[in-house]
Amino acid sequence: MKLSSPVRQLGLAAIAFVLVAACGGTSSAPASCSAKTATSVADCGGIDSLYAAAKAEGALNVIALPLDWANWGEIIPAFKAKYPGIKVNSANPQGSSQEEIDAINQLAGTKDAPDVVDVGMKVMLANTQLFAPYKVATWSDIPAAQKEASGVWFQDYGGYMGIGYDPTKVPGGTLNSISDLLGSGFKSKVALAGDPTISNQALNGVIMIAVANGGSLDDVAKGVDFFKSLKAAGNFVPVKGTIATIKSGQTPVLVEWDYLSAAHVKDVPGWKIFVPANATIGGYYAQGISKGAPHPAAARLWEEFLYSDQGQNLFLKGYARPVRMDAMVKSGRVDATAAAALPKVSGTPLFPSQAQSAAASAYLSSKWAQAIA
Amino acid sequence: MTSAGEPAVDPAARPVRGGRGLPLTWLGVTPFFVYVGLFLVLPSLIIGSGSFTGKDGGLSLENLSDIQKPYIARALINSITVSIASALAGAIAGALLAYAVATGNPHGVLRRTVTSASGVLAQFGGVTLAFAFIATMGTIGFVTLFLKDHGIDIFANGVWLYELSGLTLVYTYFQIPLMVLVFLPALDGIRPQWREATESLGGNTWHYWRCVAGPLLAPAFLGCTLLLFANAFSAYATVAALITQGSIVLPLVISNLFTSETGRAQPGLAKALALAMIVIVAIVMLLYTLLQRRTSRWLR
Amino acid sequence: MTRSRRVKLQLFRGAVFLVLGAFVLAPIAAMFEFSTRGTKVDSPRTLVAWTNIVNTPDLIDAIVASLELAAITSIAMLVLLLPTMVWVRLRLPSLNRIVEFLCLLPLTIPAIALVVGLYPISRWMRINVSDSILMLSIFYLVIVLPYSYRALDAGLSAIDVKTLSEAARSLGAGWGTVMLRVIVPNMSSAILNAGLLSVAVVLGEYTFANLLNYQNLQVAIAYVGQVSAGTSIAVSVASLLFAFALLMILSFAGRGRAR
Repeated sequence: MKLSSPVRQLGLAAIAFVLVAACGGTSSAPASCSAKTATSVADCGGIDSLYAAAKAEGALNVIALPLDWANWGEIIPAFKAKYPGIKVNSANPQGSSQEEIDAINQLAGTKDAPDVVDVGMKVMLANTQLFAPYKVATWSDIPAAQKEASGVWFQDYGGYMGIGYDPTKVPGGTLNSISDLLGSGFKSKVALAGDPTISNQALNGVIMIAVANGGSLDDVAKGVDFFKSLKAAGNFVPVKGTIATIKSGQTPVLVEWDYLSAAHVKDVPGWKIFVPANATIGGYYAQGISKGAPHPAAARLWEEFLYSDQGQNLFLKGYARPVRMDAMVKSGRVDATAAAALPKVSGTPLFPSQAQSAAASAYLSSKWAQAIA
Repeated sequence: MTSAGEPAVDPAARPVRGGRGLPLTWLGVTPFFVYVGLFLVLPSLIIGSGSFTGKDGGLSLENLSDIQKPYIARALINSITVSIASALAGAIAGALLAYAVATGNPHGVLRRTVTSASGVLAQFGGVTLAFAFIATMGTIGFVTLFLKDHGIDIFANGVWLYELSGLTLVYTYFQIPLMVLVFLPALDGIRPQWREATESLGGNTWHYWRCVAGPLLAPAFLGCTLLLFANAFSAYATVAALITQGSIVLPLVISNLFTSETGRAQPGLAKALALAMIVIVAIVMLLYTLLQRRTSRWLR
Repeated sequence: MTRSRRVKLQLFRGAVFLVLGAFVLAPIAAMFEFSTRGTKVDSPRTLVAWTNIVNTPDLIDAIVASLELAAITSIAMLVLLLPTMVWVRLRLPSLNRIVEFLCLLPLTIPAIALVVGLYPISRWMRINVSDSILMLSIFYLVIVLPYSYRALDAGLSAIDVKTLSEAARSLGAGWGTVMLRVIVPNMSSAILNAGLLSVAVVLGEYTFANLLNYQNLQVAIAYVGQVSAGTSIAVSVASLLFAFALLMILSFAGRGRAR
């Protein structure tokens, strides 16, 4: 049969289209992305394929992400806006690092188990067997010392430990040294943001106090002694410091990360932070993808988002130092205004090593409960 | 029975087979016993056996001896102290309130309102009560600010709301309604004839309370106080929401052990502490039951 | 009663109601006051904390879950307890003491202690049966046993179960009809009492949910309370008023039945 030229071209195009669609069809179907074992986005066939798989899962379980902490309050909605169709279930927002690990263990095998965690280094290193290796697209930008070689854990943001306070509640309006805290004007005013035997922030808080009080990164006993004196003087208030307790004035002096103090200025106008010059303790948090995550594709998509320029800049907006900061400054993709607004650090930063954190934690397990009883 | 007295139709007969019909009749209560066995007896056995299991899995008393650890012992003593204090305060105030209600109209609106309110407020523990007290007497609470405006700073020496004294005050809040609920029936058992008899024998109010109503109500009062003690001793939610740092009382020590890092070191410790709590409350409740039996002899 | 004694009694009653009434009502008034505060000290009163309740999806989910748990627990309690108690009264009176003891046993086991033993059972069930929060109702049934038993026992004692059931059976009724159409209507106020008490207990329960990693109403209030005290207090007041309304209904509904 003799077809007219346009019809034959159309027919050839149609046949070609069908052939291409048939061949390329499998790579865009979600079923091909075995997210559970994917160690990089390439394993999943690209970010779109990963998103499709995540959308098919429909949800993401995160845990212990307070909205006022390093800007999670903006990051979670930004993730939902960029990848619609994935419901983010945020459990136990004020939970501690240890409680995140407990949730993985206690909820293992159920649909409520956390997919991803954001924990302190000491807890992460003690539980690496729970996490699946994964390298985000921007893996090479993360300094070698801040990630595990095979991708089991990778740090996300960090800051320095300080003492945030409301100047109107502090005698004299400023805090100049930690020994001020033992004064009579601080009755029931000083708090920790958690229990140092389970919370990474509180652990680093005690380490900072220890170093400021004449101890060292290896010797946290002076820190425990300081809190014991604080309790004896009636200055230690046995309330976990949170955004609500700051706003309600229950904890006008709080040992916390500098990025949190900077964020609290909008809740308590005039909120200041004091970082002892001789005890500038820095710490980074780490991300991990649970091996038994109920939503493996969504978990990996989340990590890709956090380590993208958008995600890292959102951390920066929350006054925390993102782990890819140096690389982003070099590439010019960093949010310059946010970078300029970071809390200033005057002393020499000290980072507790893994062994030092573990030793401090072990000491606290046996001595803390007694000291503040 | 004569033929006239015999029923025209046979009443429901017991099943004929199986002797006294045991198998089929027992089937009726099986679901209840299975449920109670699984969810009440089994956990108790888990607690009991776990308390005596050492770190290595063998039989040992180390969990129980750990109760001597200073901070645990202090938590136990604090628990007992707060429970006694709030039980006494709640018992006295609650008894007065119950008496004020009992002497009123038994079908009146006042009585119904007070008993309903007591029913709700006795359950009003936990998180909501802690927040209520923070809203009332916290650093920027309603009462605190009101008193501050009038020159009285109740927290001049530290915020005692988060110490044992504050906890006692908060506990008393739900102890009073509970006392009203459990003591009111005893007060209803007082007969006006006793008052008349006392007066006819020449006694006055003092004699009445000292020699007649007092001794009769004493077992009930004591029993209800014990109930209040057990109630405060077992309370967890209120203190967990109020004092969020440290373990000032025993329930907080137990809940902190649920976090695996602290609990993993000694898996049997939580169970041993749970066992200690159960034993203490069981003894108190036993005394309560005995006192109730004495009460019911006179105040039916 | 002499006049002076009457006066003294009324003075005493007045004083007691005034003092204790103030003590009891102060925190509730304070909660209303706190939840309507503006952001700054001199800001006008606002209902932001209350509208926030609707805007917090976690809170809404938790409220719905708790209401479902309350309904399931009350119904399960009636289904488990009422037939058992009737059966024991009719057929196995020797078991009366044992059933009473078992039902009042949860009063001697503090919830915080019981949950230590329930934890392994809960984990097993969560993995092998279902991980829905509604599984909590199985554990809540234990907690409501004492209150429900007392309420149902009072109701059963007031009616002559034996005669009623024998009369019904003699007229040809099956056990289902005896239960549903003879016994239940005769003790409706006791059943209502037991049901509403169960609802109040379940709505106020925190210990089991918190330590078994479930998010019910009280747990959600605690979480919200760590972020925004105003909203959590608004929810607390709401739940308190709800429970109060339930129990007021109960006291007025129970009035109709003559003993």
